[in-house]
Amino acid sequence: MTRLSTTFAASRPALVCFITAGDGYTAANLDALVEGGADVIELGMPFTDPMADGPAIQSANLRSLGAGTTTADVLRYATDFRARHPNVPLVLMGYANPMVRRGPEWFANAAAAAGVDGVICVDIPPEEDDALGPALRAKGIAPIRLATPTTDAARLPQVLSGSAGFIYYVSVAGITGKQQAVQASIEEAVARLKQSTDLPIAVGFGVRTPEQAAAIAKVADGVVVGSALVEICGEHGVDAPAKLRELTSALASAVHTARQEQAA
Amino acid sequence: MNTPLNSFRNQPDDRGHFGQFGGRYVAETLMPLVLDLEREYRAAQADPAFAAEFDDLLEHYVGRPSPLYFAPRLTEELGGAQVWFKRDELNHTGAHKINNCIGQILLAMRMGKTRIIAETGAGQHGVATATVCARFGLPCVIYMGAEDVARQSPNVFRMKLLGAEVIPVTSGGATLKDAMNEGLRDWVANVHDTFYIIGTAAGPHPYPEMVRNFQSVIGKEARAQMLSRTGRLPDLLVACIGGGSNALGLFHPFLDDADVKMLGVEAAGHGLDGDEHAASLLGGSPGVLHGNRTYLLQDEDGQITEGHSISAGLDYPGIGPEHAWLKESGRVDYTAVTDDEALEGFQLLCRTEGIIPALEPAHAIAAVAKVAPTMPKDSIVLMNLCGRGDKDIFTVAEKLGVEL
Repeated sequence: MTRLSTTFAASRPALVCFITAGDGYTAANLDALVEGGADVIELGMPFTDPMADGPAIQSANLRSLGAGTTTADVLRYATDFRARHPNVPLVLMGYANPMVRRGPEWFANAAAAAGVDGVICVDIPPEEDDALGPALRAKGIAPIRLATPTTDAARLPQVLSGSAGFIYYVSVAGITGKQQAVQASIEEAVARLKQSTDLPIAVGFGVRTPEQAAAIAKVADGVVVGSALVEICGEHGVDAPAKLRELTSALASAVHTARQEQAA
Repeated sequence: MNTPLNSFRNQPDDRGHFGQFGGRYVAETLMPLVLDLEREYRAAQADPAFAAEFDDLLEHYVGRPSPLYFAPRLTEELGGAQVWFKRDELNHTGAHKINNCIGQILLAMRMGKTRIIAETGAGQHGVATATVCARFGLPCVIYMGAEDVARQSPNVFRMKLLGAEVIPVTSGGATLKDAMNEGLRDWVANVHDTFYIIGTAAGPHPYPEMVRNFQSVIGKEARAQMLSRTGRLPDLLVACIGGGSNALGLFHPFLDDADVKMLGVEAAGHGLDGDEHAASLLGGSPGVLHGNRTYLLQDEDGQITEGHSISAGLDYPGIGPEHAWLKESGRVDYTAVTDDEALEGFQLLCRTEGIIPALEPAHAIAAVAKVAPTMPKDSIVLMNLCGRGDKDIFTVAEKLGVEL
């Protein structure tokens, strides 16, 4: 069992929380997410050209880089997080170029040494898996793939093949932090994915409120929240941890109890 | 024409790779579209009616074939090789960009797409895209860095006259690469009805191959014209490189002519020894950006750095992946020319031949001015004069200290 599989094996859905590394007080912000009840942490690696992200996460990337964040800093945040939180799964999320800059093996080794459980690379589709996937698998790091509304039935097996950890279902064809998909389309997509894989399905993009998160948690194994948390990091600086803890707590409560309400 | 097994002209492979370069590094949302685009492009390639419509528009709307011109006074002044120009600056809209836009909009309509988006730096590709959208009556959105909108107001007005919506991009550094990011964001959110007309031979496969093929009309014409006029092939081809589509358009049909040497000219800005240049091949390193693996301007962590050039059209921190491959294979030589040298090349052509070039090919002229004098008088240099300089007179005036 890995940290990720243990977490998703729990009887309740998981809350997956994203923030950008180096945007504000990262260690304190990460601790606040865990204290609030986050089950999985996605730590964003800042990139100059985050072309799949909306304004909130774009700004977080630029704030982080503007503050001088390096790849070494990101790995140090991960290492320190792992020391403080031995059992909470930690996933690095970002774009190909910073990940492959020193070679895929270098990155996989460094991430493994930092205690990272999985990697989501936005712009390496299955067709280009050679660029990073084999190096991650060799180190026991889960390559977590994205499935989207445009991933059709013919293509889905290719997306699932070689994936590990969980499948991140991007519920809208678009960029992060914009509109949320309609609930019915999410339910249909999750059902379709579950017919093809035993991997847990986490759903994200446009999820901001406990109510939205609860609705998704009724059908999915995990709910990903990013932009709403990233906005708090950007707006509240040193006061962000308290605000993050507050929102995470509300989200976690909604996600963790979503199926109890259903059963009642 | 059959290509030999060891041909330089049979790239990319079926995954869109030029050696280690190229590929399809896009988000999953776009991946099915990119695959669909490739299927549709292959079908169009196999359809004689598609080629016939493309050729007809190039002849009667763009004004092709463009002339092949021997430059007598420039040749005399340089005192070495004969200098010839492929006159793509005489095309409708004033540059080679329109060749590619015609091809892509025909493909967009064939695919049933009803909305066109594009990115632009200096505005030439934006103007060419807005032009073909007006010609075919499709709505057009052009993403342009806010910095470039301010620097290139005549082209912004041209695009608006042509009916395009110009959206200033303020994210990142507010220049061409940020406009391309915004184009990709628009595409990912409007996948059902939108076609993205990429302006250079870069981006995810099949764009680099497709743009090269549409632009190859330049080299095909030039090769036939040169054979017809002189009975021989040129000794050296020269073209400037930003993303590299005009250079590939000229070079590609000659790649298997072993005696024809080729020189690509990057923008050295204030010099390759500093950070103020846009020479991805000579001053960058391999990485992944905007859908392909290629040479990039980047730091040690893989963060993309801003290019600089006097020419906004060369001011991009990447380069088409086929150039990266041609460099590594040794088939094409690459050099770089500074802002100051390009300004001298600009004035040299104005003075000797009565042609005002764009600042982009002015870089190639500067390279020709260096290399032609070292070559025998019976040798031939053929340069792609890929754009005219009307758009650049304000920049040049400012650099020369002239008040308009």
